[in-house]
Amino acid sequence: MKHTISILCDDTPGVMTRISGLFSRRGFNIESLAVGNTEIQGKSRFTIVVSGDDAVLEQVRKQLQKLVHVIKVWDIDRERIIEREHALVKLEVREEERPQLLQIVTSLHANILDSSENIWIIELTGDSASVDSAINLVSQFRILETIRTGRIALERGKKVGNGKGA
Amino acid sequence: MKKGKSTGAKRLVKELERQGARYIFAYPGGANLPIYEALSRSPLHPILARHEQGAAHMADGFARAGGGVGFCMATSGPGATNLVTGIATAYMDSSPILAITGQVPRNMIGNDAFQEVDITGITIPITKHNYLVQDAEEIGPIVEQAVYLASTGRKGPILLDIPKDILTAEFSTTNEKNRQLEGYAPTIKGHTGQVKRAAGMINGAKRPLIIAGGGIFLADAFDAFASFVDKSSIPVVHTLMGKSALDNEHPRNLGLFGYHGRCVANKAVSEADLIIAVGTRFGDRSTGSLASFASDAKIIHIDIDPAEIGKNVPAYLPIVGDIGDILPRLCEQIECSADSSWSDELSVFASEHPLPGGDGDFSTPAILRDVKTYFQDPILVTDVGRHQIYAAQYFPVRGGRSFITSGGLGTMGFGLPAAIGAALARPDKRVLLVSGDGSFMMNIQELACAAELDVDLTAVIIHDRRLGMIKQLQDAFYGGGFDASKIGGSVSFALAAEALGAAGRRVASADELKDVLKDFETVRGPKVIECMVEEEENVYPMVTGSTLTDLIEGVEA
Repeated sequence: MKHTISILCDDTPGVMTRISGLFSRRGFNIESLAVGNTEIQGKSRFTIVVSGDDAVLEQVRKQLQKLVHVIKVWDIDRERIIEREHALVKLEVREEERPQLLQIVTSLHANILDSSENIWIIELTGDSASVDSAINLVSQFRILETIRTGRIALERGKKVGNGKGA
Repeated sequence: MKKGKSTGAKRLVKELERQGARYIFAYPGGANLPIYEALSRSPLHPILARHEQGAAHMADGFARAGGGVGFCMATSGPGATNLVTGIATAYMDSSPILAITGQVPRNMIGNDAFQEVDITGITIPITKHNYLVQDAEEIGPIVEQAVYLASTGRKGPILLDIPKDILTAEFSTTNEKNRQLEGYAPTIKGHTGQVKRAAGMINGAKRPLIIAGGGIFLADAFDAFASFVDKSSIPVVHTLMGKSALDNEHPRNLGLFGYHGRCVANKAVSEADLIIAVGTRFGDRSTGSLASFASDAKIIHIDIDPAEIGKNVPAYLPIVGDIGDILPRLCEQIECSADSSWSDELSVFASEHPLPGGDGDFSTPAILRDVKTYFQDPILVTDVGRHQIYAAQYFPVRGGRSFITSGGLGTMGFGLPAAIGAALARPDKRVLLVSGDGSFMMNIQELACAAELDVDLTAVIIHDRRLGMIKQLQDAFYGGGFDASKIGGSVSFALAAEALGAAGRRVASADELKDVLKDFETVRGPKVIECMVEEEENVYPMVTGSTLTDLIEGVEA
């Protein structure tokens, strides 16, 4: 079963090790981990995607909640999830391929961030499946390098993960 | 030094004093010498352990016996890593200790400097929380917070790593910086609706059973627990850590259950229709195979740590909170159990299946019985191994902080230093250590510490020239080749005790033992009685199958 865990915590050195350690000690491979600061000063929010046994993951969630720097842990309802990921793709493009690539970029609502001679960097955003398929689509050109941010997620509706919402 | 000025080391010691620390079990080294300098002008007394592991166990024993926080200290690098086993031991048994380590100066951290180790990184999985102090202005508030964390909620060890330049840095105490503790809010008060539901379930049960765990010890909830047992008349079994939750002689106490549990206790767990589990984490040595554990019972699980609920065993009704809050409220709402046929059935079974007494008058059970007559209501400390199970089975203790053992981690070498800590915490009590030749050897150097301090403790070593529990396992499961478990044949613990400054006597019969026990009654300080027993003794009962009732009762069974 796939889970998207959202964690609000203090933005302090070592917090990443404490959090990721709880997953690795129980044999979970983290599929995706994204972290950044939030609307609250001094607080970060992690989005961690893992697949695994529900009961074991419930234990990880409770152990996370015990960490002194963790304020709120939340297993986001997959039915109500809004999920986004960001990718940058560096491509080598021959001159005769440019019109075709430009057409694809337009249809994907992607942006061209840089085009220096025959090397382009394009930017893709969407849920992870769309980013996957977009990368797949541009892979007919020569991909030199890709990088992805990992997923970030929020739940639809009023519920918020800062310990203050409903 | 100007008014309002301090150094990191001075501020640390001042805050430790303010937190009520009397002793700090410690070993010096380059990185913590500034702390020793500050201690030299303080009523807080450093105790020189002979190994940092000993220091950590002493702090642990001190905390367990006295009910407060235990403090220990080491230098950076090897000093810090030597604390690790002691910290892990405290973590597994939720014992509140504060471990302080010196660290290389900040500008050398990460450079593989001499005696540098990332001790906060190493101890993340075995501490409740830890700190690498980054700023002298933080020291005071961090110590206060660390003691609070160690001693509240589910208790546990905290580590404080302090770089040497912070210890020597001069700073203005008016600039102290507090750290936030927003995410920490342990649930103390049990949920009213759940307490009410639990009372309803208890009142409706036909075959109810109480499992008493170490949480009762940690919550100092002995009186509340005894009242609950008395009012409900429900039979009680206990875990190893829960041994002193209730007087062993209490008529409702069926004794230890689990892997080496009593037949009646394991039967009760297997046949109960309702289990009220109080402050236990359902460790695997208690439950045996989870698939068959208490298959007829609904479980009410009372624990201060929500992560324990459903971790190993599914709870039908959880109550998260302090046992000292929950039990009295539960007690008010239960009725005295009218149906006593379940209790009667268990009593009959217990009398038909007594503990195997051990052959001969100098077997371990016989030794413990003889020792018991000279120790009324002691604090009983054990090491780890076969003697530990014998002590848990055969040496009755009263309710209270009276049984100290390494239950979770099973740390050989825990006993002697923990007994030293216990003796310092409770000078009003007699401290008895039951150890084995293998365990005692693991921290024997602390006899020198005990002798120097002249702490009053008696160590009874069951010397069978074997790692007894290992031999028993080899016997049962590994074809009986005993090379790995032969130990101590050439050792005289009595002479070693004398060499390290303690009193020591070797005995090989019940009569000799009684003579020594009598002689030692008037001797103060650390005393070692080395009992030379036969090699063949195994400890029973022992679960050998997939259920708790699938066990070997004794040698003849």
